[in-house]
Amino acid sequence: MAELPNTEERLTPDTFLRGLWEENPVFVMLLGMCPVLAVTSTTINALAMGLATTFVLVSSSLLVSLLRSWIPKQVRIASYIVIIATFVTIVDYAIQAISLELYAALGAFIQLIVANCVILGRAEAYASKQRIMTTLVNSLGMGAGFTLALLSLGGVREILGNGTILGISIFPADFQPWIVMILPPGGFFVLGGWLLLFNWLRLRKERKEAEQIGVTAHAR
Amino acid sequence: MHAEPLSLIFLNAAIVNNFVLALFLGICPFLGVSAKKETAWNMGLATLFVMLVSSAAAFGINWLLTELDLLFLRLICYIAVIASTVQLVEMFVKRFSPALFRSLGIFLPLITTNCAILGLALFQTAKEYDFLQSLVYALGAGAGFTLALMLMAGLREKLALARVPSVSQGAAMSLMLAGLLSLAFMGFAGLGGGHG
Repeated sequence: MAELPNTEERLTPDTFLRGLWEENPVFVMLLGMCPVLAVTSTTINALAMGLATTFVLVSSSLLVSLLRSWIPKQVRIASYIVIIATFVTIVDYAIQAISLELYAALGAFIQLIVANCVILGRAEAYASKQRIMTTLVNSLGMGAGFTLALLSLGGVREILGNGTILGISIFPADFQPWIVMILPPGGFFVLGGWLLLFNWLRLRKERKEAEQIGVTAHAR
Repeated sequence: MHAEPLSLIFLNAAIVNNFVLALFLGICPFLGVSAKKETAWNMGLATLFVMLVSSAAAFGINWLLTELDLLFLRLICYIAVIASTVQLVEMFVKRFSPALFRSLGIFLPLITTNCAILGLALFQTAKEYDFLQSLVYALGAGAGFTLALMLMAGLREKLALARVPSVSQGAAMSLMLAGLLSLAFMGFAGLGGGHG
């Protein structure tokens, strides 16, 4: 693909940071919502899921980037899926070997990493066009952003729904946990709440900027 | 072999453990194509069809791989079958209803990465359902998916006419709605008996 050299981007700190905030896969792009909602009833599960997804994301992006000149355009999606499924199988067996308890808690959602659109989205939109180094950094950033989102959901849900953080009780003994938070509806509510918060921050920033422009216009 | 009656399997997959609202599978199309009832209905049917075909195929693959002792290839085979079924549906829809093809847009090929379908294949394997049970399970899951999509679309059509504070527009509002729906579906817990 020699005719597409100028789509490659330079390696800057932004390559990493974008995934954390500006293009956060969960909060901004609303991708990969299923595991985000399903396995975040405790912080530990959220962390494990985040790390597993990051591993698959980084290694499959690397391989896609490495093979980008060899994969024919017509069958690219199928090839990406097979690459991703291979790494997910590796993770699946690895988690089974490390901790059966964790494996039981995450259930089918480890294998469902295959169907996580963040990973396929990265392969299609980024890794298939970029050099290996930038792909590595970018997918690490995306993975970190995804893990961050999972943790921010898992943290809130565990604190409110169970009164603990990482299994350690933090409230006085007479605290009544909000059971609903660790049940399915809680996942929707907490994610909705986070999105509300980000919307509010964004609107406030836009309003401030608009006022700033208004003030300078008056000064003239 | 499980002696679970077929009616219970259907009820369980469709309502008690609704794939979208209780198991969090298929959230992307649930949020993406639930703006209009008609699109939601068609999307639901397309998904139901893919579910039925891939469920039957997954049953065959699982049997074959167990015979050959190649279980580590299961995930790769499942996703390949699902991807080709989706391709088939896409060609079919494009040929017979171009208007529908346009309104479903990117979400039609994205059925491949709809975790509800892969989830279905994995769950039926984990539960060791026989062929008929698998089909009924797929039917229930598809019906439940369509139901959730239609409910959401109905709510969102009403909401389009309401005045919503600017902070909560878009995805945040949809998620809150989904939370309320999910809360309502919690009321069915225990109806079908058994988990997941």
